Amino acid sequence: MMEHVATLVALTLAAGTPLVLAGAGELVTERSGVLNLGVEGMMLVGAVVAFMVAATTKAPWLGIGAGMLAGAALSLVFGVLTLSLMANQVAAGLALSLFGVGLSAFVGLGYVSVVIEGVQPLAISGLSDLPFLGKLLFAHSPLVYVSLALVAAVQWFLFRTRAGLIVRAVGESPEAAHAIGYPVIAIRYAAVAFGGACAGLAGAYLAVAYTPLWTEGMTAGRGWIALALVVFATWKPWRVLAGAYLFGAVTLAQFQAQALGVAVPSQLLSMLPYLATILVLTLISRDAATIRLNAPAALGKPYHPDA
Amino acid sequence: MPQIFNRWTYRASSAIAVAFAVSTVLGTGSALAADEPFKVGFVYVSPISDAGWTFQHDSGRKEMEKALGGKVVTKFVESVPEGADAERVIRELAQSGNKLIFTTSFGYMNPTLKVAKQFPKTDFEHATGYKTDVNVGIYNARFYEGRYLAGIVAGKMTKSNVAGYVAAFPIPEVVMGINAFTRGMRSVNPKAEVKVVWVNSWYDPGREREAADTLISQGADVLTHHTDSTAVVQAAEAKKVYSIAYHSDMSKYGPNTELTAVTHQWGAYYTKAVQDAMAGKWKPGTVWGGIKEGMIKMGPFNKVVPNDVQDLVNKTASDIGAGKFHPFTGPVKDNEGKERLAAGKPMTDDVLSKMDYYVEGVQGKLPVSK
Repeated sequence: MMEHVATLVALTLAAGTPLVLAGAGELVTERSGVLNLGVEGMMLVGAVVAFMVAATTKAPWLGIGAGMLAGAALSLVFGVLTLSLMANQVAAGLALSLFGVGLSAFVGLGYVSVVIEGVQPLAISGLSDLPFLGKLLFAHSPLVYVSLALVAAVQWFLFRTRAGLIVRAVGESPEAAHAIGYPVIAIRYAAVAFGGACAGLAGAYLAVAYTPLWTEGMTAGRGWIALALVVFATWKPWRVLAGAYLFGAVTLAQFQAQALGVAVPSQLLSMLPYLATILVLTLISRDAATIRLNAPAALGKPYHPDA
Repeated sequence: MPQIFNRWTYRASSAIAVAFAVSTVLGTGSALAADEPFKVGFVYVSPISDAGWTFQHDSGRKEMEKALGGKVVTKFVESVPEGADAERVIRELAQSGNKLIFTTSFGYMNPTLKVAKQFPKTDFEHATGYKTDVNVGIYNARFYEGRYLAGIVAGKMTKSNVAGYVAAFPIPEVVMGINAFTRGMRSVNPKAEVKVVWVNSWYDPGREREAADTLISQGADVLTHHTDSTAVVQAAEAKKVYSIAYHSDMSKYGPNTELTAVTHQWGAYYTKAVQDAMAGKWKPGTVWGGIKEGMIKMGPFNKVVPNDVQDLVNKTASDIGAGKFHPFTGPVKDNEGKERLAAGKPMTDDVLSKMDYYVEGVQGKLPVSK
């Protein structure tokens, strides 16, 4: 029984990790006042580049690094459009997603049949094979630990460091931040690139660790869920983590129920994770004050110091 | 910021729809110089990839092209969404002079029929559908025959007596496969049980992986799937349990654990249909081919499958091919104990194609809304 609980926890963490990674990155981007809807596209490009590099060099970690760079590079295209050229962020973000879907399918064409050795789960002799605790704490994919560290780092950075305070200031009132001498556009570029790198990492996790394969559209909408999670979390890092695991847990719970033979229509069960998301979002939205308190005030509004 | 939230979620959802629509890719098969080669079109629902439903159809196309040398020229369009886009693509293929057009997904049924009415001189073949017309034939494979054989392998190789089945949607074709697999498994291992998880998607590697992991966590030590990616075979390889692949051989994704695969072979059928059409003898048919017609084949066996098991599978396959044995020969009982077919008789195709219950040995209740 305890073993089973540990297995369930491990599966939940594995399923929630891409959402945690992409969500944490997007949260930083949005905290700086930029709404980048291109997460799905950046994830796919990160996934395909990570897979290609891992397949060519036989070094999965190199692939993951390359996936992050690719995600960041794509996000900078969005940065140029919205921050330098003042394009509409919603339109540019959607375009980025569509572009990413097509681009990843195109460059990945020759890689659909390739088999790679993915990133293996942690195996520390003596610890990973401990009963219960081993499975619970020491046998996940290394990227699961990376995602936890990332959330902790984002939390610490945004709320405990001066630099984080500046990022938030830029997201609240770029005019004020500019007036006291901060380079608003440069800071936003950095935040956008960070979000892109995290989305790329999330895609890399899918393609090189979780299901080591590349096929067109393999993220299957997880980028959009990560976007919703940021709102769900009212722009708080720990809540992104909670939301991602809740989503993972509800998905797995419905599979578990089915495999146990519980007589509930599977269509209803597959709706549950989304239903849970909508429910929580509705509950949060009812409390307009919380949202106003947490949402970056300048979110989605173009800003240029000369304008 | 509720306004922003509302606006972008709306955009996001419509963007997903657009993204899928835009991903349509045009491709042209190799054109060989010949006087007036016969033009044949293919419409695929997903990218060709290197394994899966569309890959098998494309392999059939290539086989046909090879068999008929320079006399045909083929054109295919991949990743065509079922619906309005399909109609546009099929019409485009008909307009550009393709004389025979294969539409290879269930959802192309109505678009195919609609375009066929407008192009009476063009012949159409629709895979897995049930409506025909003067110039529209249908063809399908008896997937369940291969599933029964897969079940025999699973029944012989399991130690926990539990098999896991990752399935896409509860439509008769999929249910038939689950039932045939279960009957095959229990024919050699009466204690065997099959657990089913529906992922409600033909293609989502992440969810397929999660479903596979769930089944393994509940004791399944042989997995199979009726979804399109290789994720289930990979999940089994990672957790060191056996798997049986579907559509295509996936042994390179599970070199140690993929026992065999149920594969679809369309080449011979495509060759014959095109030959008939070239000779002006094509007629709209209702073809449901199986092992006998060469449409269903078992993939190569993994070396861990003992010879006697391989022999049993091969023998059963030749019995099915020769018409001596039918996987659904009565008595067929559903998993609530009700008798669905009396002892001694094979199930008729008509009854078979409407299957909407689990047979004895499948756990749980079929999620069919009635």
